Amino acid sequence: MFKYILKRIGVSLLILLGVSFILYALLRCLPTSFVDLKIEAFMSNMGEAVTQEFKDQLYKTYGLDGTIVEGYFGWLGNVCRLEFGNSFVNQRPVLAEIFNANRLGTSFFFAAISTVFEFLLAIPLGVTAARHQYSIRDYAVTVFVLIGISLPSFFFGQLLKDLFANKLGWFPVSGMFDPSYSYTGWDAIVDYLRHMFLPVLTVVVLSIGGRMRMTRTNMLEVLNSDYIRTARAKGLKENKVVYKHAFRNTMIPLVTSLAGLIPGLFSGAMITESVFDIEGIGKYALTAMQQADIPVIMTYNMFLAFLSVMGVLMSDLMYGIVDPRVKLE
Amino acid sequence: MEEKKELDMQSEEIQETTAALSVDTPVEDSETPLDKNVKLMSPTRMLLRRFFRSKLSLIGLIMLAALVVFCWLGPVVYTRWGETETDRVGVADFDEEIIITENGEEYIQLIITENDINKLAPPSWDHLLGTDEKGLDILTRLMYGGQLSLTVSFSAVFLTSLLGIVLGGVAGYYGGVVDNIIMRICDMLMCLPTLPLMLIIGTVLDANGVPQEYYIYLLMGLLSLFSWTGMARLVRGQILFLREQEYMVAAEAMGYSTPRRIFKHLLPNVLPQIIVSMTMSLGSMILYESTLSYLGLGVRVPYASWGTMIEIISKDLSIFQNNFNVWGPPGICIVIAVLGFNFIGDGLRDALDPKQRR
Repeated sequence: MFKYILKRIGVSLLILLGVSFILYALLRCLPTSFVDLKIEAFMSNMGEAVTQEFKDQLYKTYGLDGTIVEGYFGWLGNVCRLEFGNSFVNQRPVLAEIFNANRLGTSFFFAAISTVFEFLLAIPLGVTAARHQYSIRDYAVTVFVLIGISLPSFFFGQLLKDLFANKLGWFPVSGMFDPSYSYTGWDAIVDYLRHMFLPVLTVVVLSIGGRMRMTRTNMLEVLNSDYIRTARAKGLKENKVVYKHAFRNTMIPLVTSLAGLIPGLFSGAMITESVFDIEGIGKYALTAMQQADIPVIMTYNMFLAFLSVMGVLMSDLMYGIVDPRVKLE
Repeated sequence: MEEKKELDMQSEEIQETTAALSVDTPVEDSETPLDKNVKLMSPTRMLLRRFFRSKLSLIGLIMLAALVVFCWLGPVVYTRWGETETDRVGVADFDEEIIITENGEEYIQLIITENDINKLAPPSWDHLLGTDEKGLDILTRLMYGGQLSLTVSFSAVFLTSLLGIVLGGVAGYYGGVVDNIIMRICDMLMCLPTLPLMLIIGTVLDANGVPQEYYIYLLMGLLSLFSWTGMARLVRGQILFLREQEYMVAAEAMGYSTPRRIFKHLLPNVLPQIIVSMTMSLGSMILYESTLSYLGLGVRVPYASWGTMIEIISKDLSIFQNNFNVWGPPGICIVIAVLGFNFIGDGLRDALDPKQRR
């Protein structure tokens, strides 16, 4: 087991190296004149003049002066010394910008609330759909979740915003708290929840489909298996068959998929966050990408890649723990 | 002779099992022989029947057919406005304001603004869905935008699947070092988050000055280079499984050539999963294309795409609040298209699933 984990970590490191090279090569395809232009634009916004030395220094820091391979190893060396450079936009260290507790925390809570609701809704819906396969209920649930998958996040978010915030005025239009009041205690929580309602609704409706379909397929598979027939033949109550015998085995893939949620919890929802003006990491990264802020883009994407490598590794390990039939070699 | 007879008997048996599967209502007439009562069905027909049994797949087909007719036939029938034709009929707008001067006199001030283009017009006979902020007819742009969105997604999915099938097939069939290399590349590409990746590629293309006409095609083409991993894993898994089946051993024993074994004996058995996966990814490609266009990195004005038509609301708050006719219809079109593909994909998956008995 220990050896297996070590081996997997080694492979993961290799994968991360590959990913970083691909990303780096892609970013180096940006013409230098474009990068120059961006730097100048940012600097003039800050009211500072850009000297050639400053540019040269930036180029050297990001290894943009040599060939791709040279530059890559330069970057790698910096990373090993935990130097990720400074953001082009505001010259602050990238690490501090991305791992800003406020930003990451906002995104994390937003994602965590959405995920909880997603599970709370998707699992019961999936179970009912499977129990009443091909019934009206099954069709209704299927149509509902398929519509959810088919909605573009920006369109659905704007639609909710237009309807519930602009037209009906039930919820605040955007942001995370009301800037005109300074609530404390209970009121602050209520205010926060009111602001979070529409974004969470958007994310839940969009993401519920995948999980519900998964639950339904698993449940159907289990319900058709032999030991369920045995349980029914013993004369057990239907509820006991479904919830005690079938459901527990349906949980295996669900539990392992928990580990796969890790990247989603920390990466932030780019589109939804920017539609609702939530100051999370997703919105920040989106802005950085639109501004071609190379150090931020590089670090953010490596962070995501690291999270997804971890997610895959964790879910494989979880599978071995949850399902005793699976042996890890 | 003996062999032939046996073969015949075998095929009869197969026909009987197929027939038994497709009995609709058992007819209790013992006089007529059994085979008169039972319709014989080819696998294709059974598949079609199972596919159309679900009303959802039928609805999906209708939705997509309607969209295709709307996008491709629409501009032929509705020729009143062109894709990039601005309505230059001057429109005058006036605002009334009552001004009270210091000595109590009341004036009514009329501020008349004359526009040389008819922008943001409400729906009328001239413009069935109104015009956008540049005085372009929305209905016409919906049609052209649909053409572009659908074509781009189709070609992207086609390219992605082709890459995935070839690479996955090679990895699964040959195994060993080849398999290892392809799968590690797969792992790497799967770690790259899709949306950020598309944004980066978009920025790179943008900065290198790619002409507008080819921009979106190039972008989606490059994206295919990164998104074949799902298809490759699916094909590889299936081929790994099928390779060990007896009929493949038989095919090898018969001395068939490798291409024949792959294309005639392996691929047809993977085809169902491939088709389902392609249908589903058509929907998500449309979503990606529109998201990119919404972020201003996809199709550019003056060319239309559904995403581009919604983009304006991220810049102009007043259009978002007051002109639903500008951004609502393209959004609804996107939903119809993606939903259509998802319905069909779902129906196909049910119909092609060998475990399904109904």
